[in-house]
Amino acid sequence: MVPLEYYLVVAGIIFTIGMIGVIVARNIIIIFMAIELMLNAANLAMIAFSRNLGSMGGHVMVFMIMTVAAAEAAVGLSIIIALFRNRDSANIDEVNLMKW
Amino acid sequence: MELAIFILTSLVAIVAALLVILQRNPIASVMYLMTTFVAQAILFIQLRAAFIAILQVIVYAGAIMVLFLFVIMLLNLRREDFGKDIKLKYKPLAVAFAVVLLIETLVVINASMIPALPGANLPATFGSVQGVGKELFTTYLYPFELTSVLLIVAILGAVVMAKKKL
Repeated sequence: MVPLEYYLVVAGIIFTIGMIGVIVARNIIIIFMAIELMLNAANLAMIAFSRNLGSMGGHVMVFMIMTVAAAEAAVGLSIIIALFRNRDSANIDEVNLMKW
Repeated sequence: MELAIFILTSLVAIVAALLVILQRNPIASVMYLMTTFVAQAILFIQLRAAFIAILQVIVYAGAIMVLFLFVIMLLNLRREDFGKDIKLKYKPLAVAFAVVLLIETLVVINASMIPALPGANLPATFGSVQGVGKELFTTYLYPFELTSVLLIVAILGAVVMAKKKL
């Protein structure tokens, strides 16, 4: 039996990697993938807690998170397509009209 | 044995996650992201969440990643569009944030009183399609119905955003 803490540590590390990716990456698609990484780290923590508490609530929560991730991917990728059509670039440094 | 599988799988997941943000080519990033998802599906199976593990492979590694690949190939990015892979300006900030977040996480995990695993007294349907489905359609019926509204909104939003003329 693997202790709960181990799973939480793995989830924390993957979440941190995702956060670094969002801050550091320039390509908007990579930023998007880093967001998916963070959502998945949350899923892992949910399932680990669910196993630990012997309750199925975490599984339902992960189901909802997956739905949100799918919706987010569809809308976000269409935003990327619209952006690319207008700017002809996937580099977020060139999207700076609303930056002070 | 269980611990060995856990360590191996989580190492694969973490290294692949690192490679996702370090790759310059988005296609390679998608492949590594898929590796992370499959590794996490194995962790889900170890946690007796069989249904969620299957969903992870079908929805994430299947549908969402195919969507990513479609968009990357549709955009037809050239080498110079990738830019320099990392914003050097924000690197110290990112490292500082990451160190703080990681230490915080580990301290909280260490300090919290997490009771031991119940282990053997899990019900037989724990994590199966039957178990998840029963929870979904009884206790969590209202959020489940709201999910359909969310999906409709997402579909409409995607169609509107992807139209030729905004």
